[in-house]
Amino acid sequence: MKGRSLAELSAGLRGREFSSVELTRHLLGRVAAAQPTLNALVCITADLALAQAQAADREIAAGRAGPLTGVPIIHKDIFCTDGVQTSCGSRMLAGFIAPYDATVVAKLRSAGMVMLGKANMDEFAMGSSNETSFFGPVRNPWDLARVPGGSSGGSAAAVAARLAPAATATDTGGSIRQPAALCGVTGIKPTYGRVSRYGMIAFASSLDQGGIITVSAEDAAIILGAMAGFDPRDSTSVDRPVPDYRTALDRPVAGLRIGLLKEFFEKGLEPDIERHVRAALEVYRRLGAVVKEVSLPSIGLSVPAYYVVAPAECSSNLARFDGVRFGHRCQDPRDLADLYRRSRGEGFGAEVKRRIITGTYVLSAGYYDAYYLKAQRVRQLIATDFERAFAEVDVIMGPTTPTTAFELGAKTADPVTMYLNDIYTIGANLAGLPAMSIPCGFAAGLPVGLQLIGPHFSEERLLGAAHAYQRETDWHRRVPPGYE
Amino acid sequence: MQRAEIETIAYLARLDLTEAEIPVYQASLARILELAGELNRADVAGVAPMAHPLPGLAQRLRADEVTERDAHERYQLNAPRVEAGLYLVPKVIE
Amino acid sequence: MGSDWETVIGLEIHAQLATRSKIFSGSPTAYGAPPNTQANLVDLGYPGVLPVLNAEAVRMAIKFGLAIGARIATHSVFARKNYFYPDLPKGYQISQYELPIVAHGALEILLDDGARKRVGITRAHLEEDAGKSLHEGLARWTGIDLNRAGTPLLEIVSEPDLRSAREAIAYMKKVHTLVRYLEICDGNMQEGSFRCDANVSVRRRGATQLGTRAEIKNVNSFRFVERAIQYEVARQIELIESGGKVVQETRLYDPDRGETRSMRTKEEANDYRYFPDPDLLPLAVPRSLIEEVGRSLPELPDQKAERLASQYGLTEYDASVLTASRELASYYEEVVRETRGDPKLAANWVMGELAAALNRDGLDIGRSRLPPAGLARLLARIADATISGKIAKEVFEAMWASGRDADAIIAERGLTQITDTSAIERVIEEVLAKNPGQLAEYRSGKDKLFGFFVGQVMKATQGKANPGQVNELLRRKLSS
Ligand SMILES: [Mg+2]
Ligand SMILES: [Zn+2]
Repeated sequence: MKGRSLAELSAGLRGREFSSVELTRHLLGRVAAAQPTLNALVCITADLALAQAQAADREIAAGRAGPLTGVPIIHKDIFCTDGVQTSCGSRMLAGFIAPYDATVVAKLRSAGMVMLGKANMDEFAMGSSNETSFFGPVRNPWDLARVPGGSSGGSAAAVAARLAPAATATDTGGSIRQPAALCGVTGIKPTYGRVSRYGMIAFASSLDQGGIITVSAEDAAIILGAMAGFDPRDSTSVDRPVPDYRTALDRPVAGLRIGLLKEFFEKGLEPDIERHVRAALEVYRRLGAVVKEVSLPSIGLSVPAYYVVAPAECSSNLARFDGVRFGHRCQDPRDLADLYRRSRGEGFGAEVKRRIITGTYVLSAGYYDAYYLKAQRVRQLIATDFERAFAEVDVIMGPTTPTTAFELGAKTADPVTMYLNDIYTIGANLAGLPAMSIPCGFAAGLPVGLQLIGPHFSEERLLGAAHAYQRETDWHRRVPPGYE
Repeated sequence: MQRAEIETIAYLARLDLTEAEIPVYQASLARILELAGELNRADVAGVAPMAHPLPGLAQRLRADEVTERDAHERYQLNAPRVEAGLYLVPKVIE
Repeated sequence: MGSDWETVIGLEIHAQLATRSKIFSGSPTAYGAPPNTQANLVDLGYPGVLPVLNAEAVRMAIKFGLAIGARIATHSVFARKNYFYPDLPKGYQISQYELPIVAHGALEILLDDGARKRVGITRAHLEEDAGKSLHEGLARWTGIDLNRAGTPLLEIVSEPDLRSAREAIAYMKKVHTLVRYLEICDGNMQEGSFRCDANVSVRRRGATQLGTRAEIKNVNSFRFVERAIQYEVARQIELIESGGKVVQETRLYDPDRGETRSMRTKEEANDYRYFPDPDLLPLAVPRSLIEEVGRSLPELPDQKAERLASQYGLTEYDASVLTASRELASYYEEVVRETRGDPKLAANWVMGELAAALNRDGLDIGRSRLPPAGLARLLARIADATISGKIAKEVFEAMWASGRDADAIIAERGLTQITDTSAIERVIEEVLAKNPGQLAEYRSGKDKLFGFFVGQVMKATQGKANPGQVNELLRRKLSS
């Protein structure tokens, strides 16, 4: 069972090499062993996992198994899980038991997947280092002194440490791709609307998108097929057939037009990362792809646009946490205002409060036009930039992050320093585009990520391109020392 | 960024800030607005604000059907304070 | 009220739309269920849930827009209105702000002097209702019931075109009639299905600028709206005349004390931070839908009143009373159809006896104890002179109480009118014989006693003598 990809585990289960219960026990053992050092999970659902594994084994025995039957998974704690704590990394929801399953959770459950537990994350997905979690930071399995990235840091660290073959994740400004890059795993953020947001606790509704972190593009293709699709409970989900991502993997990349994003190489990029990314593009060239430079003139404004739009939406989305119907409530409120202010003041951590304050400010009377509306116009400029670029190329490639994993505490002093970590990933969220990060090398022992961005609903193309690269390289197969 | 501005915003957002927190958020909001100020570099004349990432999509409608049944006891398991099926808050005077 | 003052009123009416399920969730909308039993995860604003718009609410808004001759937006947007209140679960209300579904309509009202006035309707937008706060019986606590949260509302905003409390009520009644005609709102004001906020200001006659307005919130009866406005107008005039200034604020009407009072809390400057709701895409209303809804519109109150007036020769006023509800108008028309008789007689009876009886028993026309055919048979007996109008009232009461047919009651009680000339003459002779003193006085010129003799004859026949004949025969007898 060791060191196998999801596709291989799936084959092993159906070939009766091992049972789902055996696999689940094995992984629960790894989870328990890693937990004190990595802190990748906030909740381990061992009993539920074993019950689901037994049920999966019965399905396998009855010959009714699908590709995901009996395969274990960890869900980011932003997804509501019926009867299981869903805390979103926050004191506000510590102990909150969701009374329903998110659509993503329900779909993967009905595909036969086994939930091992819930992954740690930045509080309400606001962060790029997993240091804002109420449950403590997650550590990077490649170097325990370093962050795993965020906000899906627990998901990325868990997959990197091979605690599970896959973990769900969400990406509002890079929260799948950045931790995937920093932990040396594969992550895909699908097109906005491709995966239902129902039951995924909202951070910034027009940017949030659920996705998956796995070891390989092939594994991502298998799970994405089960996660994606129209959901009548999400008005922003798109009613469009889900392609068979797995069969699309083998499309040749010969003739693929790759755009090398000029602006991402201009400043602030670590030379080692640039070297690895350019080397990756060489691999594509060798496979017959055409690489040309593209420019997105407004992309430099994506960070400021994002840090207006996302806080604005979050300030409203998080208003429901008021100590009345669920969540943290302060002791002995004097009056209604006191109930609200103390419950929220105590329940939210510093970064969440910072974003609520920013969002409230940019939406308030007198500032709306100058900030919020302006940011939405710039957002349109950025989207149009991408549209123009995709008239010339099929996929845009570049680095996922400007640096490799940084040390815990290194960027907590100034919020903007931390925000600039998302400089390469935010554009895809603003434009609603699908994007991936795949491992493409190591710099001083730390993983480097290659980012692939495609036009709307081009997941097949991205997964195919990533898969082609992973057939030529073995970066994605590298396991952090001590987690083999 | 004045202290009073942070206090007004914190009140609008119903966030209790401690004495120590106020200057921290004062500084970071100023810093973030400085970052947001870069937006002024953009020429957005004639550009429509983009509220949704997928262009051209319209709201889908659901049929007017009752699909839900009462589950208030289950939902109220998460409630900090409930009596006779009501969520309780400190007395509101109108 | 000083006549050198002009009152300016605009109304914001909230009409709950009569959908089966809520505007953004599949919860039922029935009134009066035990607390929180009709609030699902979406209505409660649970983490992770999302709204999905109810098609019927959209249809109803279009229906209303077409009925007021408004523009239906083919592209409208839902926005979030952010504020904290315990009956508002998400901390924001989903409403429409910059681009409402209905804009630029109007209704005509009939003024006391018989003139017509056009009242502009700025907009009508879709939004969700809030829950309810219950303050009684919980000591230090307020209880929150979210059953009403998410009930669809159409907020109908008038122009500041109304110039008196009377006009405001006439307009409000007009809207009330219309939404019930369209069957988009049950109009039940006790249950809060139809509520009104009034924006009231005063200015010196001839002034072109509007005065500072106060908004009176959530008044739930026509009478209270009228009183609240009257009180508010007097308060504002008095305030200004004594050198004060009206402040823009929200006020609450207290029906027990008959006054409005400020509900503004000093720290609360309203800043709703509206922005487009990212969970909902723009609402597109295709032309074809507007046309389809247009074809489904019923005859509207004004059209119906006009038709009734011309078809049946009714006054404008009677026609407007009879068309106050669709049920009343169809009741009336059925009575006319059944009697094939005098439409004015039918109008008088429907607006008179029938309305009084319904009112007495607190029934609406749909639950009348007397079906239109029953009333029609009674009116037919007046028309064919079987009974007099006065006797008919007695028969009506008996029919109302017993549910029995007019003819049965007339026969059983022997109420058939006496039209036999010789029989009436016999009674006249008896009456004259019994009252020689009055007869002498009459003969000596006291004409007024004619009525006395008519009364005596009617009394002697227990009201059954045909009054016309009694008059004529008596006159002939006395002048001979
Ligand atoms: Mg209003
Ligand atoms: Zn309203």
